[in-house]
Amino acid sequence: MTVGFVMLCHTAFDRAAQVARHWAERDCPVVIHVDRRVRRPAYDRLVEALADLTNVRFSGRHACEWGTWGLVAATQEASTLMLREFPQVRHVYLASGSCLPLRPVEEMVAYLDERPRTDFIESVTTGDVGWTVGGLNIERFTLRFPFSWRKQRLLFDWYVGLQRRIRFRRRIPAGLVPHLGSQWWCLTRQTLSAILDDPDRARYDRFFRKVWIPDESYFQTLVRLYSSNIESRSLTLSKFDFQGKPHIFYDDHLQLLRRSDCFVARKIWPHAGKLYRFFLSPDREGQAQAEPNPGKIDRLFAKAVERRTKGRPGLYMQSRFPDANWINIRTAAPYSQFQGFSDVFKNFETWLGKTAGTRVHGHLFAPGRVEYAGGETVYNGALSDSAKMRDYNPKSFLTSLIWNTRGERQCFQFGPGDRQDINGFVAADPNAQISVISGAWAIPLFRSNANFGDIRREAARLQKIEAEYLDLLRNHWIKARVRVWTLAEFVENPMEPLQTIVDEISPRAMRRLTEVPCMVDLTGFGQFLQNLRNQGMQPVLMGDFPAGDGQPPGNPRRGRPYLVQ
Amino acid sequence: MSVIESYRLRLRRKRSQLRARLRRRDLKPVTDRTRAIRRPDILLFCTLRNERVRLPYFLRYYRELGVDHFLFVDNGSTDGSREYLTEQPDTSVWSTRASYKRAHFGVDWLNGLQMRYGHDHWTLVVDPDEFLVYPFCDTRPLRALTDWLDTSQVRSFGAMMLDMYPKGHIAGQPYIEGRDPLEIACWFDSGNYAISRNGIYGNLWIQGGPRARAFFADDPKAAPALNKVPLVRWDRKYAYVSSTHMLLPRGLNLVYDALGGEKASGCLLHAKFIDTFAAKAEEEMARGEHYAASREYTAYREELAKTPELWCKWSEKYINWRQLEILGLMSKGNWA
Repeated sequence: MTVGFVMLCHTAFDRAAQVARHWAERDCPVVIHVDRRVRRPAYDRLVEALADLTNVRFSGRHACEWGTWGLVAATQEASTLMLREFPQVRHVYLASGSCLPLRPVEEMVAYLDERPRTDFIESVTTGDVGWTVGGLNIERFTLRFPFSWRKQRLLFDWYVGLQRRIRFRRRIPAGLVPHLGSQWWCLTRQTLSAILDDPDRARYDRFFRKVWIPDESYFQTLVRLYSSNIESRSLTLSKFDFQGKPHIFYDDHLQLLRRSDCFVARKIWPHAGKLYRFFLSPDREGQAQAEPNPGKIDRLFAKAVERRTKGRPGLYMQSRFPDANWINIRTAAPYSQFQGFSDVFKNFETWLGKTAGTRVHGHLFAPGRVEYAGGETVYNGALSDSAKMRDYNPKSFLTSLIWNTRGERQCFQFGPGDRQDINGFVAADPNAQISVISGAWAIPLFRSNANFGDIRREAARLQKIEAEYLDLLRNHWIKARVRVWTLAEFVENPMEPLQTIVDEISPRAMRRLTEVPCMVDLTGFGQFLQNLRNQGMQPVLMGDFPAGDGQPPGNPRRGRPYLVQ
Repeated sequence: MSVIESYRLRLRRKRSQLRARLRRRDLKPVTDRTRAIRRPDILLFCTLRNERVRLPYFLRYYRELGVDHFLFVDNGSTDGSREYLTEQPDTSVWSTRASYKRAHFGVDWLNGLQMRYGHDHWTLVVDPDEFLVYPFCDTRPLRALTDWLDTSQVRSFGAMMLDMYPKGHIAGQPYIEGRDPLEIACWFDSGNYAISRNGIYGNLWIQGGPRARAFFADDPKAAPALNKVPLVRWDRKYAYVSSTHMLLPRGLNLVYDALGGEKASGCLLHAKFIDTFAAKAEEEMARGEHYAASREYTAYREELAKTPELWCKWSEKYINWRQLEILGLMSKGNWA
């Protein structure tokens, strides 16, 4: 007993001939169907190339446009021919011209001999498939499809929509339960002949003629009527990408294919000479009796589809440029923005770097230059410290920095004195952690040696900018993790906020802070604010600082005394 | 996009095509082997001037990738480039002494040739110092890529220009004819690119890399564009608008995904910065035939006189395409 191959070919005939010869020379009859749209000379050449083989036949030609009945008609005719001409055939294997046997034919024959009654055909009820092109499942059977999906897509979609609206439904012939599956199957003579010789076949054919992509449903549905033993999987390794096009195998897939233990793979690039040479070589020795195991290849292609549909989060490049409003994650990794902390603490940056084990930059958006950690002039990925380059495209600057430093959390200082163009972007980024001590910008002014008139003007400017930012952070569409304290609040109890932030940055550390940053001397700060008020400027963002001695409200001895100098 | 706008772009495309037809008169055929071009051939189009020393390796590189025929426009070379090219079996050469600038920096000439010879072919437009790298280029020929693009019904393939430079003085190592220039210029910037979208043409505008960092830090807007679409399944109705940065019709510029996915893309390794560069910059300055009054070359000359090194401690050393894909400079997309 043996297996016969029905091959559907429409291109790359020299490769098809090579494979057909391989099978035929190993006593497996081959029936070849060539698409009618192929020109005569090419067809004649193929016939001639295989003329010396007695067990190769050519069946009547049908035009096989994708998704149309022609493919089924071709399969029917070729299968009939196969069953009639070669009585020794027990299993019929449907293959295409771009299929390649991966294991010696003898192994396949032995495998099928052990399972003489089994039909290998993927056959799944319409409710259970998630992979159909165009999202049509049961509707493939109940609607009409007079327009080509590839060439008349608009009409196709419009007509489907119209039929849905008017609730048009075709009647499915009694007794049929629609099933779908890969078009590449391997059926026993018993089952296949039962389908082909069915007295009702004309009725079924009439129905399937108007079904969409009948080659994925005709045999898959009818086999359920006759087969006693269906193994619902295809023996052909064939993977589809997100557009429903088969993935193609190249020379560099050789090891993967070899280890997959599948019998036949599709589709092979016609110029993949190494694959054809290797798998069709006569002295190829078989592996042990292994079950097909396409797991690795499945993963490879699943990853490719994911890359094409989801991509790498936070990456902006020539072939991935997501519109910020259509995606959730805007950057590659979590990062923290600190506003006011380096004003309140003297050595905040070094302290944070040491405590949380992260990279802590200065004011990345300072107007003069980009203040990278350690005063670097060029940073990871060869980012320049030029403020002009950063301001030319701040989004690209920030996303590049976060992308370039994947694996190391970035923290940076921010403030109302910095460029504010990036604010909306950061605020809507779930990867951002924004911590603000509002009004802390007044501390450097308080400690500065400027004329009070200038200080007053600067204070008014900074307050306006920060107030705008805080307003922005109150919006409903904000996705960043935002925390805001007023200066008064923060100074009263600095440990708790610091602990929360550090825990969030390095959750695994989870220990009490032992070393704390050194707070600047705020003696007289209350009076300073009062002076601003007296000059007609209303500082509001600091919270309630008493005008008196400048000590923060509450008992300075309370809590952790070493915090306040 | 309004009807008026798309009509305006249509006019623009027609104008480019008309200009290409007119400028075709500039070109004088030197060797015409275009009869040898077969139906499925991949064609390479290139304008050059005085690049003799680079040509042997350039031809070898693209022949190995699987380019079937080369179509060159020689813009008045005096170093024997033209003679060398005519001796090759798979080239067709046109020569012209007309202004490079007036031909829109060569775009008109190549548009004209592509219109005539490139129709329904995969066409690659590169300079003699640009080397195309695409996913799996070490194991799969260019035809594997174009066949796959055909089955995926993709008409154009993006490849960003990646400026390569040596460590140390730019002219530190002499380039020897026939050698791979990337052996000398093997460093690049991995992550300092600024990207924005062009609302009219739909393409991305990418600037950055060592040129922006070293020469245009004070005027980043003027930095050269790095986005390119060099590989196109050509149709005589198509036209490059500005170098190979932009094409019309606009759909060809959509080589990126805007919903978060990654399309397949490659890189053009740009080996401009080797020892031949200084002489080239001097010559081009004198000719004044380059974009925006040769602003680029002015900047190079001034800055390179100060610090003739582009290398910095964050430069990456080029290994292979997989490295570029990991760094996020190119992508395999759903090609596996």
